Amino acid sequence: MGFKGTLRPGLVQLRVLDLGKTLDFYKNVLGLNEVCRTGDGRVCLKGYDEFDHHSLTLRLADEAGLDYVAFKVGCPDELERMKQDVEAFGYPVDTVEAESDQPGFGKRYGFTISTGHRFEIYSEVKLAEQGPMIKNPDIWTTPPRGMRAQRMDHFLLYGPNIAEAERFCREVFGMFVPEVCNTPDGNRLAAWITGSNKPHDLAFVEYPKPGKIHHLGFYLQDWSDVGNAADLIAINHLKLDIGPTRHAITRGLSIYFWEPSGNRIEIYAGGYTAYPDNPQRVWDSDQLGRGLFYYSGEVIPSFLEIVT
Amino acid sequence: MEQQKHRIKVQGTGVQFACGENEFILEAMQRAGCGPIYHGCFGGGCGICKMRIVSGPYFIEKKMSRAHVTEREQEGGIVLVCCVKPRGNLTIARV
Repeated sequence: MGFKGTLRPGLVQLRVLDLGKTLDFYKNVLGLNEVCRTGDGRVCLKGYDEFDHHSLTLRLADEAGLDYVAFKVGCPDELERMKQDVEAFGYPVDTVEAESDQPGFGKRYGFTISTGHRFEIYSEVKLAEQGPMIKNPDIWTTPPRGMRAQRMDHFLLYGPNIAEAERFCREVFGMFVPEVCNTPDGNRLAAWITGSNKPHDLAFVEYPKPGKIHHLGFYLQDWSDVGNAADLIAINHLKLDIGPTRHAITRGLSIYFWEPSGNRIEIYAGGYTAYPDNPQRVWDSDQLGRGLFYYSGEVIPSFLEIVT
Repeated sequence: MEQQKHRIKVQGTGVQFACGENEFILEAMQRAGCGPIYHGCFGGGCGICKMRIVSGPYFIEKKMSRAHVTEREQEGGIVLVCCVKPRGNLTIARV
């Protein structure tokens, strides 16, 4: 196995205000498949090109936002080693038993990092019944719907002390940091972090309030699918934040918009190939507009300020 | 049949705009191009359109995130205007 620590972010649980309307968006507009429902009414979903049981769980709540994110590691031994590393780093760890609140998932360890977000790690999860073909495989088994999201890709988290969060991801998760943005006095404003060849598995922006999510990103095949997604945003009267555009940071092709419960979604295609031995790309904060939105070169206030 | 229009005044700003019976207040504000707030998620989740209904009848059609409007605030007329439709002429205010 080529990866040193985490394989990928594999599971996100999001809070939604209107389960019916929001689920309709994720299934019929974004194009995820419903896998199952839990006894307490949560809904588990996955992208058509994902192998594992599910990658997104929606929970009806009085507030929008993020419950937690979970990262998959390569094997049970690695999971136990990483649990000890989390504790040695200084975060108390709790255990979520296998097949308890997330169907198909093995034991998970959970803890809260400096930014106020709950992170979990796990190594065992059942394969989905409807996953990609593996024997002389076709590109899909049933035609992808809507925006044709292939898989969950990444998330951007807002919270305090991202310098510690970044150090945690490097030292405990075995990740590296392909790209950063610094303030004029040399402090970290943002970091894009990965444990794979993707330019980011997750990113952080420094923010005084803990535990906030800026967006959850889903991967599309290419620029033409980004255009198709833009059409679907308009047809379905979804609220656009910005795009279609290109990031200079990560090089991704992108649109940001809000799902019906007010969680911001990014659909994302492309991006460079990241290697841990490549030099780090560094942005000055006064160039962030060009880094985020390469064509216009300007940041819009809603993009920086609105989080759930 | 054309939907009934109500007049919405933004207190202390001189701004006013028309809003249909079946239109969310934020939609009408955006259409009229008369702020005075950002446009956010339009789903009751982000809280950026938090305002106070000073007077007049209204209907809260969509759930508003409790992270941004507490039950006590809601009783006092605090709303997210992306979730609210008018039922008569309204005066609203920034918070």
